[in-house]
Amino acid sequence: MKARVTVTLKSGVLDPQGKAIEGALKSLGVAGVASVRQGKVFDIEFADADAAKAEAALKDAAEKLLANTVIENYRVEVTG
Amino acid sequence: MAHALRLVSGREPTLVWHADRELPAGTDLVVLPGGFSYGDYLRCGAIAAHAPIMEAVRAHARAGGLVMGVCNGFQILCEAGLLPGVLQRNASVRFICREVCLKIERSDTAFTRGYNAGQVIRVPVAHGEGNYFAAEDTIARLESEGRVLFRYTDPDGKRDDKWNVNGAMNAIAGVLNEKLNVLGLMPHPENHVEAAVGCTDGRGLFAGLVAHFAQAA
Repeated sequence: MKARVTVTLKSGVLDPQGKAIEGALKSLGVAGVASVRQGKVFDIEFADADAAKAEAALKDAAEKLLANTVIENYRVEVTG
Repeated sequence: MAHALRLVSGREPTLVWHADRELPAGTDLVVLPGGFSYGDYLRCGAIAAHAPIMEAVRAHARAGGLVMGVCNGFQILCEAGLLPGVLQRNASVRFICREVCLKIERSDTAFTRGYNAGQVIRVPVAHGEGNYFAAEDTIARLESEGRVLFRYTDPDGKRDDKWNVNGAMNAIAGVLNEKLNVLGLMPHPENHVEAAVGCTDGRGLFAGLVAHFAQAA
């Protein structure tokens, strides 16, 4: 059972790394970039095939470890 | 950190391993020192916040025991939920290694009784993620409850963006929990306790703690 957890910054939280990347894209000549915010992707494989269990376990994992809910949102997708 | 504790208190601190499950009997003060636990993987302090020893640290804090986290220790305490907020990447996206001026906001705590309220001390910082952030209402509560213990200021104790080296909200350098027994701060007072390094402004924090425990005894 495969799953993906995506962690992104809450809006309103400053992202200096995103700003640095935005500057780099501009220097690279990528036109029209209005903003960049950097997030994280975790690809996780489970041994068994129970999608509901996997999703519940990952939501818990996201709340406790993968995301810091003071500044980050998360999304769990079980992809099979 | 162990050196500073030993030097100022005259007592031998016990080094506790992260994978242990118990603190030594009779522990007065738990210190989470600086460093790069787990290589700052995922987020600074995020993995160490789940270390086996943290349950014992929580119990110690719940029972009113003193806990102090410095730099990575502060990050661990925030990730563990023992302190509010989070330490983000410095606003400049640069690692900062320099002396700062810290204003002691209040002297009626075990950690700052060795100073005068309003006093400004010089302490070094060395961090890439010291930019303190919390929700607006959390910051408002911290301020109104007098739980901001240290603030980055100019040498005269005045707020000045130039001296807020990492861009922390309200120039916050250190905060206390609700019961005032858990402290987290980004700067390193333990590195300014010996005349040989040219400044001993950090001694007051440790000396005050020694006085606190002597009085309680």
